[in-house]
Amino acid sequence: MAAVRTSSEVAFNRIAIAAVLVATLIFLAPIYWIASTAFKPKELAVSVPPTVLFQPEVTPFIRLFTKRVQMQKPVDPQVYEAAPWWEKRIYDGGERVLKVGKDVQLSQYPDRFMNSLIVAVISTVLAVGMGTFTAYGFSRFKIAGEADLLFFILSTRMLPPVVVAIPMFLMYRMVGLNDSHIGLIILYVAFNLSFSVWLMKGFMDEIPKEYEEAALVDGYTRMQAFFKIVLPEAATGIAATAVFCFITAWNEYAFALIMTNRRAQTAPPFIPSQIGSGLPDWTTIAAGTFLFLLPVAIFTFLLRNHLLRGVTFGAIRK
Amino acid sequence: MASVALTNLDPASRAAARGWSDLTIRNLFIIPTLVFLIVFNIFPLIYSLGYSFTNFAANRSEPWQFVGLQNYRELLSDDHIWSNFVITAKYVIVSVAGQMVVGFGLALLLNRSFPMKGLITTLLLLPMMMSAAVVGLFWQLLYSPSWGPINYVFGLGDFAWLSNPDSALYAVAITDIWMWSPFVMLLSLAGLSAVPQHLYEAAAIDRAGWWYTFTRITLPLVSPILLIALIFRTMEAFKTFDIAYTMTTQPTAELIAIRLYKQAFQQWDTGKSCALAYIVLIMVLAITNLYVKYLNKVKER
Repeated sequence: MAAVRTSSEVAFNRIAIAAVLVATLIFLAPIYWIASTAFKPKELAVSVPPTVLFQPEVTPFIRLFTKRVQMQKPVDPQVYEAAPWWEKRIYDGGERVLKVGKDVQLSQYPDRFMNSLIVAVISTVLAVGMGTFTAYGFSRFKIAGEADLLFFILSTRMLPPVVVAIPMFLMYRMVGLNDSHIGLIILYVAFNLSFSVWLMKGFMDEIPKEYEEAALVDGYTRMQAFFKIVLPEAATGIAATAVFCFITAWNEYAFALIMTNRRAQTAPPFIPSQIGSGLPDWTTIAAGTFLFLLPVAIFTFLLRNHLLRGVTFGAIRK
Repeated sequence: MASVALTNLDPASRAAARGWSDLTIRNLFIIPTLVFLIVFNIFPLIYSLGYSFTNFAANRSEPWQFVGLQNYRELLSDDHIWSNFVITAKYVIVSVAGQMVVGFGLALLLNRSFPMKGLITTLLLLPMMMSAAVVGLFWQLLYSPSWGPINYVFGLGDFAWLSNPDSALYAVAITDIWMWSPFVMLLSLAGLSAVPQHLYEAAAIDRAGWWYTFTRITLPLVSPILLIALIFRTMEAFKTFDIAYTMTTQPTAELIAIRLYKQAFQQWDTGKSCALAYIVLIMVLAITNLYVKYLNKVKER
């Protein structure tokens, strides 16, 4: 009986679905604009009216990865003919690729991207590793003042980054950790650890205690039971937690801006610093942004069933 | 029996005799994390509490002096700081209200079955997963008065969203609403799907109208989770730094976190900025406390 629907309900349903589609297009428009600008010829990025359809090209990425001398006259024909295809593309646009001897000079972008990768991966491994052990401890053992300890752990996550960064900057300066990978990794572990503990505790609580009991009866030690029974059961949870921690560390801006300036600088503070003064080259910025956002977009799809848990620190599950 | 034994292992049992004791394992698993957090989060805060009573400046080598509560007194009577708090309050109200309305609205629309619902939900969640600093930077192009697609689509001519003192803060808030409405949507969807279907059937049998059903069944049952979204977003919006910092330099959009950053790392007024950090910290902890309280309440249900 409940399945019977009036025609007005059907109509309302259709309108709602149409509205959802329109909203989705609006929400995706800025992301489409980043992705499309990354493949636009320079002049189309700032055209009036804005260009939606165009012949895509890769010159923004070439400009992103090479050091350039801007707005130089085309070089002499022989040099032009001898150049590889991607250099010609840049020459065609009236710019020069900076070369020292025979080697093309890379821009700083690949370095900054690698810094982001190093810092995010190492800090994720450490935060998830420690978080998994701690979550198991909180999930299975009796701990005096457990609720208070968990609140303490969560509250460290809520500290505003700039507030923590002031004393950390001074302490790092004393021990020489400013502008170092290790310094940034420590900060990101500290930041992600509370999240990792809370999320993993939710996953641990869902693993039936009976599994370990059976193992203990079979003669396993508690540690063996943890490594051979609990960890494999928690694999999905560990993977989801790791992806969340990675994304947080990958996206982090304030600590990276304050603590690094050259050697260990990650992509988030680097990309805005490239805007400089005068007329910014939006296609190159879009190319850098596009490559930087791509991993996160892929991970979001992998994580889709765990997003709710992730954004609420494991407090609300589906 | 066994389940009792696991949480509170009898020391004489066979399992306890093998390998490390549960007490050792528990300490081994928990203490390193607690020590790490204390060393890298709590200790720095104690350190900066000390500096907040001095006139220390990190870029000068002169010895600092103890100034007592002077930093706090100056800050609390500084009109500039108060205007930063007012700007932050405006920003929090506009952006969180926008996120609640758009997010809950989207959730109501999505709360039905249709083809590719999963894909569309995931696509809608993309903005909040991305780096606020980097995406915020790109919104400068979207808002651009000369070639921005936003002004073109809405026919706004050369309205300078980000360099107009009156609109800069709201332009940042709009971007924040775009980023974080999906968060509210995600939580609201979880709340909506938990409303027992039989309540709606009963309302339909009673020929209750749409508005009546919405205000008497949907809202009361979803409100706890909406409240969680509200408090969480309020806390995050209060701390906002990156998105506003990369989007605009307008003084009218100088949130308290940006003020704090400038005072500490551009003016190098370290002692005073430690004091300001403490004022901000106390406010954040108050909201956090509220958040955890409601989180526990919802968990218990």
